[in-house]
Amino acid sequence: MTFRLFWNQMLAILWKDLRCELRTRQVWISMAMFALLVLIVFNFAFDLRVDNKAAVAPGALWIAFVFASTLGLGRTITAEQEKGLMDRLLLCPVDRKAIYFAKLLGNLVFIGVVEVIAVPIFAVLYDLPVFTGGIIPIVVLGTIGIAALGTIFSAIAANTQAREVLLPLLLFPLLVPVVIAAVKATQALVNPVSGDAPWIGLIAAFDVIFLSISAVTFQYVIEE
Amino acid sequence: MSLRMANIPDPSLSLPPVGHQSAVEVANVGKVYGVRPVLRGISFSVPTGVSLALLGPNGAGKTTLLRALATLTTFTTGTASILGLDLRADAAQIRHIIGYVGHQPHLYDELTASENLLFFARMYGLPDGPRRTTELLERVGLRLKTSDRVRTLSRGQVQRLALARGILHDPAVLLLDEPDTGLDEDAAALLQTIINERQQRGQTTLFTTHQLDRALSLSTQSVVLVNGRLVYAGPAADLTPAEVRALYATSKRRTP
Repeated sequence: MTFRLFWNQMLAILWKDLRCELRTRQVWISMAMFALLVLIVFNFAFDLRVDNKAAVAPGALWIAFVFASTLGLGRTITAEQEKGLMDRLLLCPVDRKAIYFAKLLGNLVFIGVVEVIAVPIFAVLYDLPVFTGGIIPIVVLGTIGIAALGTIFSAIAANTQAREVLLPLLLFPLLVPVVIAAVKATQALVNPVSGDAPWIGLIAAFDVIFLSISAVTFQYVIEE
Repeated sequence: MSLRMANIPDPSLSLPPVGHQSAVEVANVGKVYGVRPVLRGISFSVPTGVSLALLGPNGAGKTTLLRALATLTTFTTGTASILGLDLRADAAQIRHIIGYVGHQPHLYDELTASENLLFFARMYGLPDGPRRTTELLERVGLRLKTSDRVRTLSRGQVQRLALARGILHDPAVLLLDEPDTGLDEDAAALLQTIINERQQRGQTTLFTTHQLDRALSLSTQSVVLVNGRLVYAGPAADLTPAEVRALYATSKRRTP
């Protein structure tokens, strides 16, 4: 299979997923609303004084991202699986990695849109200086980590009866390293401390490991 | 009547060879779901250019057999090949040369009729996807529905579209699982024309249906399964619908 065909098939699946979502707006709206609610609830729930704000607020931001992502991740493959459309896709002569990367990119777009809405609201609600160049690599790498694991685990959960319960149960423990690193990196951004650990490097290493493992194992997960 | 009834405990019949390369070879295949056998030691061979009706009552194993031939599931035992390609080892190549239409249409509700076909044209790497899409929508009588979303189409129109998707890449072997579900008379006639034209071009079609009259008139060969066992394989012209029903009844009584 040529790279050109692989690329075309991957883009076709991505185009199809985005087109369907743009027409139904089921996933995006629920994800965005959920992220906003988490940010607002945390804003009221914690005593956010100037001295502890920088320590608490990044945690609220990443919890909002992870929880909202789970809503979208659960739908991307499950919706196709439920209607038998995944079987139809698997009947096509398409490299399973192309399906994985298309789903991954779709999830990145879904989560990315939510983040573009949530970060400015977070900055206003928590009054923190997050609008620096440094936020972009943290959010991008953290989101890749969430989407890489979320895509493979949503495929695993899609084949089970209790998929809504199983996905967070499988996903959250494995996301702990990337969430901790992303929270710490965001804390370091809003309140720089000298000699801080290279949290971005940890997220990048996590991304590389789980992207590689997920891409290779996706075929065995998705096929009967 | 030259009906050939298999010895039910050991059903291993083959369609008579007609000097062509076999399009489909199935050798002693079985499929077990959990502890429940769905297919039991089935063997038959389908020459190229043949239209084969796969008949059987509900639960006979027809859909499982077609899904396995379509590489969607694997046989628990036995071997099978399509145009000489092994179903297990060469599944990726086999997907290029087979088409499949299930009894559920499996189309994207939120995409239009043409977007669905264009998407699958890209999946099959067709260089002339837009032209082929237009041609097939015209062919299945959906030219005026090109820009309509699938969820707004009737059951019969969706099935026509699924049929168009099945022949989009002009597959050498077409597997149709109850393709006549929801089709009106015009669409059923179209299905008949498509199967006949494929046969004239030397392409092979395997289909299942519960419409025995239609099945026997559309096919040159037929295979009858009952309770996962092969009970008949031979020329369709040698069977009448009444004889098929008799086979169902007799075999059900004899098979646990």
